[in-house]
Amino acid sequence: MAKVIATVRLLRSGRSHRSIAAGAMLILPFVVLMHAPAAPQSTTTPPLTLHETGLYADPGTLQVDPAHLAFAPQYPLWSDGAIKRRWISLPPGTAIDGSDPEAWIFPVGTRFWKEFSFSGERVETRYLERRSDGQWLYAAYAWSPDGREAQLVSARGKRGAYPLAGGRSHTIPGVADCKACHQGGPSEILGFSVLQLSPERDPGALHAERQPEPHVDLAYLVDRGLLVGLPKALRDAPPQIEAATATERAALGYMHGNCGHCHNERGSLQNIALFLRHGADTAGESVLASTVAQPVRKQAPGQSPDAVLRVEPGHPNRSGLMQRISSRSPALQMPPLGTELIDDEAVRLLYRWIAEKGAFIQQAHVNAEGR
Amino acid sequence: MHRALPLMSMMALLVPSTVSSQDGAGAQVKRGEYLVSIAGCHDCHTPWITGSAGPEPDMKRALSGHPQDVTISAPATLSPPWSGAMNPTSTGWSGPWGVSFSANLTSDPETGVLRDFTEQQFIQTMRTGRHQGQGRQILPPMPWPAYGNMTDDDLKAVFAYLRQVPPVKNKVPDPLPPK
Repeated sequence: MAKVIATVRLLRSGRSHRSIAAGAMLILPFVVLMHAPAAPQSTTTPPLTLHETGLYADPGTLQVDPAHLAFAPQYPLWSDGAIKRRWISLPPGTAIDGSDPEAWIFPVGTRFWKEFSFSGERVETRYLERRSDGQWLYAAYAWSPDGREAQLVSARGKRGAYPLAGGRSHTIPGVADCKACHQGGPSEILGFSVLQLSPERDPGALHAERQPEPHVDLAYLVDRGLLVGLPKALRDAPPQIEAATATERAALGYMHGNCGHCHNERGSLQNIALFLRHGADTAGESVLASTVAQPVRKQAPGQSPDAVLRVEPGHPNRSGLMQRISSRSPALQMPPLGTELIDDEAVRLLYRWIAEKGAFIQQAHVNAEGR
Repeated sequence: MHRALPLMSMMALLVPSTVSSQDGAGAQVKRGEYLVSIAGCHDCHTPWITGSAGPEPDMKRALSGHPQDVTISAPATLSPPWSGAMNPTSTGWSGPWGVSFSANLTSDPETGVLRDFTEQQFIQTMRTGRHQGQGRQILPPMPWPAYGNMTDDDLKAVFAYLRQVPPVKNKVPDPLPPK
């Protein structure tokens, strides 16, 4: 706006050497802007307590407002073994626009909560709210030791929120870290999407959670008019990752849920050409094409020099991907934030996938030569 | 002639725009150079030598980071009240985080750290303190929280300037963990 005003002042002063036509072209948008309806005031600062976000119908008993919908994505993010509960709230009479299956548009006023517990103790609840200016508001609330209330955490986050194994501790992320993942792809909402809510859930999904009542999935949302515009093909044939084996399906699903929010074809890291997110096209070709037998672009600090390929079929130990997920050295580990402990089950799953991938390719060669 | 008038007018408008676009790029680089000079980037990213008037940045190796031939193998041994130390080139820093080495910011295609960065990633790196905006944490004493307060235009100017700094081939070592 300042630039527009400066331009108008320049034109008024008569110092411009541009033609009248050019001046008109510059003024026109200014006039349009002046007459555009003003955006409603938006909330720019989060409430100071979790209660004020409206999660609970009764803060005293911590009873969640029954109008909110509990849900569970089929490929959850590893958070060092935390038990998580999630809810979405849509303003009454509104719906999600699912026309673009890669990036659903949530109505202004949509709210999400994600609660993290360790050993039965609530530690933090993260909060997202779509403001009237279209931006998402990010906040995290740390629970008091008695588990009765949760206070807003500084935008810088909070270290030492809960002790974990090996002398490590859970960190409540700062807003910049939240955005590092949530703004890494086509949609800032990560666990509430076409694949994550597909009724065709992967029976081999790692750390799969029981779907809470009322079993929110694509069909539930469409049937109740809460999700509109979803392409018919996706309604008729709910998406599932197409893979050569059940192990591969689970491995690709794990990477979708844990890596794909940064490593995808539409985010700012696309120049790395590592695509681990599945969109509506769930064939998995881009995932395999960007990992299997693909060279490691740049060795991370501490990475073994024998890891020259991201995924070397048949050789998990010298696959770059395995070295990254098997580490919690800050410069080497993947994911680089949000986790302090190695996900041992994921290491075993991806190890098995890469080992089987070698045998699978070897067998394909044998079959081809036998023809 | 009357029909050609709008076209000629348009071309007349476009020619100065092209020139001003080049001027704009030059001005952006100059702005970036200015910002780099006042923001203290040379304090850590240019190796220091002892000149006739004392320690000074060696501008022949401007912004090339910790010299690859200056070996540091362990954090400094310190006693209270001290908690940090730096080496004579002002490119190796020891503290509770271990040892960090300042990055090679030159345009060297093999060893320059920015070779894989897009402009957007550079801006995000300053905003989040993470490599390429989303990866590993940048170690102290890099004052990214301060630089993260720069405007997008200022950060773009810094990036434009750094991308044309003469290349210096210098492979900066990996950071060392704390003791």
